[in-house]
Amino acid sequence: MAAPLALLLLAAVTVRAALFRSSLAAFIAERVEVASPLSAWKRVVEGLALLDLGVSPYSGAVFHETPLIIYLFHFLIEYAELVFMITDALTAVALYLAIQDFNKVVFKKQKLLIELDKYAPDVAELIQTPLEMHYIPLKVALFYLMNPYTVMSCVAKSTCAINNTVTAFFILATIKGSAFLSAVFLALATYQSLYPLTLFAPALLYLLQRQFIPVKPRSKSFWLFTLQYAALYLCSLVVIVCLSFFLLNSWDFIPAVYGFILSVPDLTPNVGLFWYFFAEMFEHFSLFFVCVFQINVFFYTVPLAIKLKEHPMFFMFVQIAVISIFKSYPTVGDVALYMAFLPVWSHLYRFLRNVFVLSCILVVCSVLFPVLWHLWIYAGSANSNFYYAITLAFNVGQILLVSDYFYAFLRREYYLTHGLHLTRPDGTEAVLVLK
Amino acid sequence: MGLLSDPQCRRALARLVLRLNTPLCVLSYMLGLGWFLALAFPPLAPRTYMSENAMGSTMVEEKFPLGERALAYGRHFAGHKRKAGGMPVAWLEQTLWLLGLEAHRQPFARTLPFPDESRERFMVRGTNVYGILRAPRAASTEALVLSAPCSDGHLNNQAVGLLLALAAYFRSQIYWAKDIIFLVTEHDLLGMEAWLEGYHDVNLTDMRSAGPLGRAGAIQAAISLELSSDVVTSFDVAVEGLNGQLPNLDLLNLFTAFCQKNGLLCTIQGKLQRSDWDSLAAYAHSLQTLLLMVLAQASGQPSGDHGLFLRYRIEALTLRGINSFRQYKYDMATVGKTLEGMFRKLNNLLERLHQSYFFYLLPSLSRFVSIGLYMPALGFLLLVLLLRISLWGCPTLTPWCCSDPHGALLTPQVSPQEPRPGLLVLVPPVLICHAAGVALYLLPVLGQRVATQHFPVAEAEAVVLTLIAIYVAGMALPHSTHRVLSGAGSARSWQVLKLLALLELSLLLGSLALLNFSLGFVLALTMVPAAAAVHPGGPKVLLVALLVLATPAVTLLLGILMQRELLEVPAGLAEGWQLFLSALAQGLLQHHLYGSFLCPVLALGLYPAWLLLWNVLFWK
Repeated sequence: MAAPLALLLLAAVTVRAALFRSSLAAFIAERVEVASPLSAWKRVVEGLALLDLGVSPYSGAVFHETPLIIYLFHFLIEYAELVFMITDALTAVALYLAIQDFNKVVFKKQKLLIELDKYAPDVAELIQTPLEMHYIPLKVALFYLMNPYTVMSCVAKSTCAINNTVTAFFILATIKGSAFLSAVFLALATYQSLYPLTLFAPALLYLLQRQFIPVKPRSKSFWLFTLQYAALYLCSLVVIVCLSFFLLNSWDFIPAVYGFILSVPDLTPNVGLFWYFFAEMFEHFSLFFVCVFQINVFFYTVPLAIKLKEHPMFFMFVQIAVISIFKSYPTVGDVALYMAFLPVWSHLYRFLRNVFVLSCILVVCSVLFPVLWHLWIYAGSANSNFYYAITLAFNVGQILLVSDYFYAFLRREYYLTHGLHLTRPDGTEAVLVLK
Repeated sequence: MGLLSDPQCRRALARLVLRLNTPLCVLSYMLGLGWFLALAFPPLAPRTYMSENAMGSTMVEEKFPLGERALAYGRHFAGHKRKAGGMPVAWLEQTLWLLGLEAHRQPFARTLPFPDESRERFMVRGTNVYGILRAPRAASTEALVLSAPCSDGHLNNQAVGLLLALAAYFRSQIYWAKDIIFLVTEHDLLGMEAWLEGYHDVNLTDMRSAGPLGRAGAIQAAISLELSSDVVTSFDVAVEGLNGQLPNLDLLNLFTAFCQKNGLLCTIQGKLQRSDWDSLAAYAHSLQTLLLMVLAQASGQPSGDHGLFLRYRIEALTLRGINSFRQYKYDMATVGKTLEGMFRKLNNLLERLHQSYFFYLLPSLSRFVSIGLYMPALGFLLLVLLLRISLWGCPTLTPWCCSDPHGALLTPQVSPQEPRPGLLVLVPPVLICHAAGVALYLLPVLGQRVATQHFPVAEAEAVVLTLIAIYVAGMALPHSTHRVLSGAGSARSWQVLKLLALLELSLLLGSLALLNFSLGFVLALTMVPAAAAVHPGGPKVLLVALLVLATPAVTLLLGILMQRELLEVPAGLAEGWQLFLSALAQGLLQHHLYGSFLCPVLALGLYPAWLLLWNVLFWK
């Protein structure tokens, strides 16, 4: 399986290198869908220039990346294109290894449950076979590397690609069962973009499951492990933040990065839901609505954790999707990360209801973004409402896609335990409806 | 959410769509066509009205007295033009200077990608001359432009004359709050492109122009004047700009308002407005006007020198003086008064023209059809594609109907034993079709040297002939793709291929219609029936004929013939073919010189989509 992966990496790097050399690169880098105020390469360059002048990079109020990123590029600015190609490749490899391991776990668990007779007798067609699962890791890598969103994000040198790499390594460490590395990478991801904080819950659930510790509030080992993991996470976070402080010798980055993420002062249009609302809103309401909007990312974690406590990886997928939809400065690079996981759930295919319609919606929106941007900004004949309508459609499409997968997952679990052919009390065939 | 998650509700809808698909498609197509034809019916289109406050309520009194002087300037200009053998730069500069204007010149040069045969030019050098009248009542933050082209022969001398006379008269007035730029351009659109790029300090094309430019403020509106006779009988107004962009409707309203005030006759698309509306002839007349506008807009070519302003968000019009055999003629003073009135009203503007419509179609000068009214016509046409997508897409790609115990009833044609059509089989045809599109886009211009070396043709001919050759060669592709496949395609793969083609086509047409409604509509009108009907079984000859008729090139040819028919100068097939060839060359040039997107959209988008359909037809 290494050969196809190597071939895929080669193809991905070729595509990116060709695009870097073409005239499209400048155009893509300017697209608001690809580069947010947080991740735009232009701003990183600005921050570097300030740093070289001996001024705090945050003093210009333009740069909003973390100190570690700016020091990374301080040394690697000459090789920036290479760095972004390598980060993409690393993400793909990490996801590949993680999913390979995850599939083994799923298969073992499935075998165990069959042996224990937990499944209904007529669900043979729902069981995942090794043959089906064999190509899933490769498909995941393919979905990540060849996704046009990822390619554009890489060509625009959006630092979102680096956040994705950190998150991918966090997932790999979690699936491999290393609590320490998982906590370190989670801390790094949190440090980078704050929202991965919510991935704490699925990672904890996964690690607990892996160590056969039952999730019960009464059990002592549960609390012990939770405390241990939380302590590891917090310690690494503190270390990283302090390291940043010593690098720049100031706390400027806290308001410039996290304050900027939370209070959403930059209303440049993007694919997210924030900009239009806050551009239209009276200033004195904005604090309240910022809270309402931000709570979306964190709000779903608890109910999802309760519902999907047995399936932490699916929880992780849904949570990453929720982050990328509801975060304050989303880009298509964030969307690409959760889309890479779609092949993992390909066994839900027969339960998905709208995937064709929804993928059409997403493709149509992706094409209409630049068209309506052109009409609004260059032609002057449309206005921001047109563009926002497409943003809204894009996000509704994403939400419906994720909830479609969620329902499909729940339905499959229900069928697995209750049998595929459900009957009503009066003996007729029943249809499962989720409302 | 009910529709998306409730299986009962979905089943009813799915059954309706699957059972009645073909009748629904025919009905939807007819509705779309009927809706469009109804747009020309005068009572359906509302009257135009002035939305802009600053231009609507204020009165201005026009006093322009220098009609004779305009003619004298025109004669001088003609004399100096003949003497200089082109633009009389020094004389114009001196005249503008003597009138008390800041005079500037802008030399520019441009080498065309291939020789332009219809205008006979290849390496172009020219100079634009312009004078700036500084506004006495404001800082130079905003400006208006009056432009006239310096054309070959006897054309447009009077336009330059009137421009100079207006400059002389405007100079003596004190009420100007916006700078006024009087611009004379050489080599029509090329000069205009050079000037606009220089003025805004951008370089979108390979235009080379020298030196820093004198600037006034941000340009709010521009009027381009074409006038070749001492007296006029009417004015024709051209609105369509590059890529079918239109100026704000208020600018057009302003012009019609002043024409009415001064009693000038004005036409659009060369058609005079009829006073009655309730006869069939009146309907046919406004339909003709509407169709001419749709064809002009669909071509994406600027219909006058103003067309390039629109790209810079400057509202602009071209006014064309017509001298026909009518009895009643107007002299320069009346024309000058109309222009003076327009400029004074524009001078009153407080902000950019934005109140009125940007998306409209004009069945006559005083009536307009706005976007909300004309979009449903295209919506119905695209609905045909969506219905077909749901027919092909539902059984092949979404197994929900199969997995639901009841849903299985809906799709009897899909037997469970048959494997899902492999998507890999479709990769070669899709890739080859798009590669053909890329070749169509790149090769004609890149390969012209090779072509001229090996064949006895001129460069311009070589480009057009290569274009046609690649286009036709693309039609042989189904055979080559089958060789690649070597019989791997299953019987149902063509359904997925057709689904892909339909998706691509509907996506392209939809987004095209947002950018340029007319283009999207014309292409949808021809391509939709063929795209909906095509499948490998069935009457082959009929389907081949339908599909060939629907190809963008044939649409272009038909469009040219139809335009000549509507202009009442019908062209025969031979002449139509010549026009078609020159339209191809012009289309390519427009793309390379001004960045019109018609050529790439056709070559990279619609042609591959059409080739996919062609592949479906010949699927084995």
